[in-house]
Amino acid sequence: MATKSPMQDPVVDPMIDPRTGEYAVIAPGHNFNSVTRKIAGIVLTSNTPMGWFGGLAVAGGVATFLVVALTWLFLQGVGIWGVTIPGAWGFAIINFVWWIGIGHAGTLISAILLLFKQSWRNSINRFAEAMTIFAVCCAGIFPLIHVGRPWLAYWLFPYPSTMNVWPQFRSPLAWDVFAVSTYATISVVFWYIGMVPDFGTLRDRATLPAAKYFYGILSMGWRGSTRHWMRYETASLLLAGLSTPLVLSVHTVISFDFAVAAMAGWHTTIFPPYFVAGAIYSGFAMVITLAVPIRKFYHLEDFVTLRHLDNMAKVMLATGMIVGYGYGMEVFMSWYAASHWEFFMMWNRMFGPMGWAYWMLILTNLAIPLTTLWSRKLRVNALFLFLLSFVINTGMWFERFVIVVTSLYRDYLPSSWGTYRATKWDYMTFIGTWGMFTFLFLLFVRFLPMIPMSEIRMMLPQTKIRPGGEDAEKVIQETC
Amino acid sequence: MPVREGIYGLLAEFNTPGELVAATEAAHEAGFRRMECYTPYPVEEAAVALRFHKNRVPLITLIGGLLGVTTAFLMETWICVWSYPLNIGDRPLFSWPAFIIPAYEWTILFSGLTAGFGMLALCGLPQLYHPLFNAPNFRNGATTDKFFLCLEATDPKFSIMETRAFLEQFSPASLVEVEL
Repeated sequence: MATKSPMQDPVVDPMIDPRTGEYAVIAPGHNFNSVTRKIAGIVLTSNTPMGWFGGLAVAGGVATFLVVALTWLFLQGVGIWGVTIPGAWGFAIINFVWWIGIGHAGTLISAILLLFKQSWRNSINRFAEAMTIFAVCCAGIFPLIHVGRPWLAYWLFPYPSTMNVWPQFRSPLAWDVFAVSTYATISVVFWYIGMVPDFGTLRDRATLPAAKYFYGILSMGWRGSTRHWMRYETASLLLAGLSTPLVLSVHTVISFDFAVAAMAGWHTTIFPPYFVAGAIYSGFAMVITLAVPIRKFYHLEDFVTLRHLDNMAKVMLATGMIVGYGYGMEVFMSWYAASHWEFFMMWNRMFGPMGWAYWMLILTNLAIPLTTLWSRKLRVNALFLFLLSFVINTGMWFERFVIVVTSLYRDYLPSSWGTYRATKWDYMTFIGTWGMFTFLFLLFVRFLPMIPMSEIRMMLPQTKIRPGGEDAEKVIQETC
Repeated sequence: MPVREGIYGLLAEFNTPGELVAATEAAHEAGFRRMECYTPYPVEEAAVALRFHKNRVPLITLIGGLLGVTTAFLMETWICVWSYPLNIGDRPLFSWPAFIIPAYEWTILFSGLTAGFGMLALCGLPQLYHPLFNAPNFRNGATTDKFFLCLEATDPKFSIMETRAFLEQFSPASLVEVEL
């Protein structure tokens, strides 16, 4: 191994750990106090940056599209959308699957990487979880408004009604209600429990009475007792262990919405794994979309380092290849199954009137990312990853578009063939959810601790304990 | 409410986790039992020194999960077989494979909620008032960068003079009496 030693190379990057040759997960020279000051300072400052207000105004402006589109929808009904027969599932289901897929990376980072003891996740897990929750909020809107009479959406849940009617538990659509509502609830619980110790820190550091009160209530009186910490650690591990099968099951159940239907292009067993991999792919892209501007704007390069970007890019490379395998297998199966309908569906998907969407998907989801992400230079280039994350999420949106629309619009009976054209209300609803997502996220970075302070403290060299305790200062000097 | 009087305990402040663990270990050996460490992040060695090895969070989570799977499965069975039987192509009413998925989700829902809120309940939280918050330096450090050991007055071995002398030997950064 020809790793350069920092002693021989005077211009070596201080962020590179000389022992491993990798970028450090946390910049050297930090201590408990500096970490706390930096992260709590973002929330407790009385000097809100003007850029934040600007971002909030723009995001809020875009979110009004959603308000307008929903108001018109409630007045007029789903007829204002482009959904029709045979393309009965249009933007609503595409956007639902797209948003919920984005959420999955947050749970993967907070739960699965915790179980695998990937400590680099510590600095990005809080805002990735926030991303999950806001993405699930955006996703949840679509099925609710697609039911036609959203004020009766509670009929989806099993409750003893005077009509004596109950949900149909053999239907994947009923499973979806259970999967998504559980996912939203557990994500919020995991997120909140994770923030309780940090709320304690904010309560103790706040100077404004309102902030003391607000964070004091949220912290529930957390005082850092060791017995509490041990129970807290156990509960975090258990929640991670529970979220892991949950996150895998949610997109699996969503893929059942398609795979259980006897529809060419949907009725395949590869859907569950390929949906889950695609969800993680798009979710990591969204984490990068959020992380790159945030670390720049709030000067968090010490905590969200190039190592994080590199690792996330590697996860995208791996999941992108799984997705690529899924596409390949779909094409292979449509030939190998020797089903006329399957074969026609795939031919129509690739070369029919909407073939451009398929090739767009191949270009943005496979061709661009899976060629460039092999290069380490590009994986640690924040600007490149930021742009690539938009490319990937465009591709993932087209994946859902291709699955939903190109399977439906030319089905078994040529006399019933049609096409699908989204209306301006479809676009306004979708774009409005981007605004809502950004708006919520901006509120989050301003009012809640976006990096878990207690978990960052655990990564510092000062936590090492030697018998006796008096040489702690030496440990710090040696390891820094 | 009765008026609170007397002291809660003696609170020693340390700058490093190593000093805290050494003092806690010594206090345990000296026979103190009613004591607690307060740290800005979980210090497992402190839990070892306190002899706090097991907690009941896994047990209640298991109970929550079992409750979830039973509730969901019985509910689905009751609805599909008795309350609202739907004959669809003469397929069996008790179609249990389809019931697994909502039951699986509710297992996770119930056990996740018990893990989260049960953990808080076992910790006695929310508890917005605690005598320690009266200590002048506690809130400057316990959630930021300092490590505290509190020997509580309810311990039979506690006596204000001797315990103070005992804690002095670890040269803490500060040593204060915490009022109730």
